[in-house]
Amino acid sequence: MITLPHFLVLAGILFSIAVAGIFLNRKNVIVLLMCIELMLLAVNFNFVAFSRWWGDVAGQAFVFFILTVAAAESAIGLAILVVLFRERKSINVENLDTMRG
Amino acid sequence: MLTTLLFYVFATILVGSAVGVVLSRNPVRAALFLVLAFFESSVLWLLLDAEFLGLVLVLVYVGAVMVLFLFVIMMLDINVAQLREGFTKHAPLGALVAGLMIAEIVYVVWFRHLGMSLSVTAPPLPANYSNTHLLGQVLYTDYMLPFELAAIVLLIAIVAAIALTMRHRVGFKKQDVSAQVARRREEAVRIVKVDAEKTS
Repeated sequence: MITLPHFLVLAGILFSIAVAGIFLNRKNVIVLLMCIELMLLAVNFNFVAFSRWWGDVAGQAFVFFILTVAAAESAIGLAILVVLFRERKSINVENLDTMRG
Repeated sequence: MLTTLLFYVFATILVGSAVGVVLSRNPVRAALFLVLAFFESSVLWLLLDAEFLGLVLVLVYVGAVMVLFLFVIMMLDINVAQLREGFTKHAPLGALVAGLMIAEIVYVVWFRHLGMSLSVTAPPLPANYSNTHLLGQVLYTDYMLPFELAAIVLLIAIVAAIALTMRHRVGFKKQDVSAQVARRREEAVRIVKVDAEKTS
């Protein structure tokens, strides 16, 4: 029998794996972007599950908007990555210290 | 019963492919694992009766975003070995943080369950339930303004991506329309008085 906590725990596990991925692959921007996509997916899971159990379709509308924003974000992120690679010939995060941040 | 079995099968594959994204050595393989993760999520959303979003996830994410990722990965000449430096060094910290987060979420959601009962299945849907119909009705009425703003966000993303990646090469001959339009008669035409040739 599948209940709401099943889905919430699954989303939590997914989110935690993505957080661990950000720790592990802290030099590779592409994998960092993929981990962000995984996190957004986990959040969307919560929205869809709550929408189903509460019988309110607003949660699914929010998933729709999150998908839109995530697509825009990854498009711009990858464009920045391409420009970065053209300038530096590398996508190592540690080389990105021009601003001395 | 079948739903339970399907949930556990697909959830296991989903978590496995997420681990694959995080751990795989090759970015292309990570992207393919992410595609698998999106497929599994799509199936799980279908189990949750969110048919429209499940299909949109496959069409938009697998069909567009992940293909974009793969394009970029294959366009760039990435030195994987250099990027893997420090992977094992940060592994215990990452595992610790993830383990703590999972433990906390499981404790809060599963054992304390926040007033949610562990025995309540999803409420039954009416016989003529249409997920796409319902979502469309909400999107085009209550969420009309956010919907149009989402369109503008996508347009801005297109413009930004093109503007960022456009390359200006020196010595590259191309048509400059604004320069052509801005050209006035005064700078283009010169009237020269020429004496008529005398015929003898």
